Amino acid sequence: MTRIVLQGGTIVDSRGEYDGDVAIENGRVVEVGENLRGDDVIDATGCIVAPGFVDLHAHLREPGKEEAETIETGSRAGAKGGYTALVAMPNTDPPQDSVAVIDFVREQGKRAGLVEVVPSGCITLGRRGEALAPMAELAAAGVRIFTDDGSGVQDELLMRRAMEYGKGLGITLAQHCEVASLTKGAVMNECQCCTSLGLPGWPSIAEELMVYRDIELARLTGARVHFLHLSTARSVELVRAAKRDGLPVTAEVTPHHLSLDETRLTTFDTVYKVNPPLRSPRDIAALRAGVLDGTIDALATDHAPHPRRDKELALDQAPPGMLGLETALGVALGVLQIDVAHLVRVMSINPARIAGIEDRHGRDIEPGAPANLVVFDPHATWQVVPEALASKSRNTPYVGMTMRGRVRHTLFNGAFTVRDGEAQR
Amino acid sequence: MKHLRSIDELGRDGLLRLLDLTNHMVEVNRRPVPKVPALRGRTVVSLFFEDSTRTRLSFETAAKRLSADTMTFSVSTSSVNKGESLRDTVETITDMGVDAFVVRHKSTGIPWQISDWTTASVVNAGDGWHQHPTQALVDCFTVREALGKERFDGLTITIVGDIKHSRVARSNVAAFSMLGADVVLVAPPTLLPPDVSHWPVEVSYRLDDVLARTDILYMLRLQSERMSQGHVPNLREYAETYGLDALRVAKLPPHAVIMHPGPMNRGVEMLIDPSALPNSLIHKQVANGVSVRMAVLFDLLAGESTAANLQQVAT
Repeated sequence: MTRIVLQGGTIVDSRGEYDGDVAIENGRVVEVGENLRGDDVIDATGCIVAPGFVDLHAHLREPGKEEAETIETGSRAGAKGGYTALVAMPNTDPPQDSVAVIDFVREQGKRAGLVEVVPSGCITLGRRGEALAPMAELAAAGVRIFTDDGSGVQDELLMRRAMEYGKGLGITLAQHCEVASLTKGAVMNECQCCTSLGLPGWPSIAEELMVYRDIELARLTGARVHFLHLSTARSVELVRAAKRDGLPVTAEVTPHHLSLDETRLTTFDTVYKVNPPLRSPRDIAALRAGVLDGTIDALATDHAPHPRRDKELALDQAPPGMLGLETALGVALGVLQIDVAHLVRVMSINPARIAGIEDRHGRDIEPGAPANLVVFDPHATWQVVPEALASKSRNTPYVGMTMRGRVRHTLFNGAFTVRDGEAQR
Repeated sequence: MKHLRSIDELGRDGLLRLLDLTNHMVEVNRRPVPKVPALRGRTVVSLFFEDSTRTRLSFETAAKRLSADTMTFSVSTSSVNKGESLRDTVETITDMGVDAFVVRHKSTGIPWQISDWTTASVVNAGDGWHQHPTQALVDCFTVREALGKERFDGLTITIVGDIKHSRVARSNVAAFSMLGADVVLVAPPTLLPPDVSHWPVEVSYRLDDVLARTDILYMLRLQSERMSQGHVPNLREYAETYGLDALRVAKLPPHAVIMHPGPMNRGVEMLIDPSALPNSLIHKQVANGVSVRMAVLFDLLAGESTAANLQQVAT
């Protein structure tokens, strides 16, 4: 049996940063120490060796929209970005509201074998917001996180029921916060820019009202609630206050909401259309502060591939979303004054816990732990070239940009999925 | 100038240049045979994805008077109905060898997207709520002509109505203020854009408060669907609060003029027959449409020989 040794790197996990070699055998970490020997020795000098990244928010598009992405291509994009687990969003066709679809997604993930694909379940049948999905059945099939992502659950009573019912199942409800009546036809943040461009505005309050509502419902029911892709300063404040009150809420932010502002839309390039929309510099500053002070628990990509022809529609017709898996690390290191231990917390440890997979991802690097690891060079730079992306789609806003922070190797269950920056399968 | 997509892109110098050029075109249009060979061999395509009477016809007339060949793309009989994408349509037409697209579309930004897909010039004939630059040129030219002023310093221009959804308002705010006018916007808050604090305008919610100091009253069309979207409770109430009737006309200074980009909603924003008003410029706005669009097409397409061509137009 091959013994892999990651030699000379800096290990970063929940215990902090320390130098050491990591030996891997049979899919697990077997030894951590100095001057370890092995059959396959990787020089990790100057690199960080950390638990593999976990994305709470990936649209893998399969089943239903394989033209944009498949579970295999999305998994490969994830591996290249340093991920070992991706939570697959449920807005597939058919949606992930039945055990059959959940099993299909998980099996396709296993077949690809590049990351653990963790299917999320719908909160409501068909994501229509009318009746609860069979949450207990889905939970019994292993679903730990439920969301109607793409839409928020609009009905207050239904959301209350979902929280009450979900509490009994020990699962987490992840809300896409958007009061739909306030965002009908909306294209971009409601601001001076949308005033001048004549684009229908997407007001911050559409998000904040639902964040507030669900914080209060969490207070009432005691359910665990996770807030997806927060985008406004006020949302961060609401979550900060809720955490101060000891409520079981968590939150994520995307790399693009940390790095790009609303003025990007002045180019009329549909690549910048996302849901929620790119916001103001003030919001960006608040989101960054929220990550750094722990109010926001996780960076999540909201990786949303779309084929060229869909993004060549008019701004008001084009679907929202941009790629994220392969650029998340670079964007995070580029825009956040973050120490690497905290980066590993928000990209691996915290999201693993929120997704309910902390037994195998985001774990401390010690003997016995499954070898789901990333090795990245935090100083190496690279340029984003669309043709070099593993994703099937090309809708990245970072074309041509130089990123700092390069994934060298990704190991999933002890095997290289990415080695020397190249996907291994 | 490669494209005409917005007033901001055109800038003040471009605006003044086109207004001056329009004088030449007015002169051409006064001739017994109002046609010059300036754009012979050039091809102009009208790409209208939204209904239009005056804009489309005046662009086509303008192109013909400059001897350009014209093609009209009709959405209802085109391959767009077979599912052809806009990009493919634009690339196909470009392959046929065209020099300019005149584009109207219900979505903001389409002229910018099209200009990424073609080597031809793009003229924005209206995109969503965003811009309608040739209408602003028409309106500036009409004001110049009526008031005999090159610049609008000291003039108060009051724009009334559905500013929020109006590409005419966005283009005119930019153009009028570039020429030095004081622009006042009048609308209920629901029909104003979310934040106009960075626009060079004053805002009022009450029309009656500003009439006495208005030199030019610019009425906008109110679409009846604004009622169903809850922007105004009903059209009658809107007409009472913001519609132009004889009483309000009487409150204007005697020298004030009235404008409207058309098509008018009689009984809503226009409660009085504008042809009965001695100080209405509405017909002049339509009449100037052809000359202004001739100036635009000439400026975009006459190319390097502009000076020689202008000579040709002038003689």
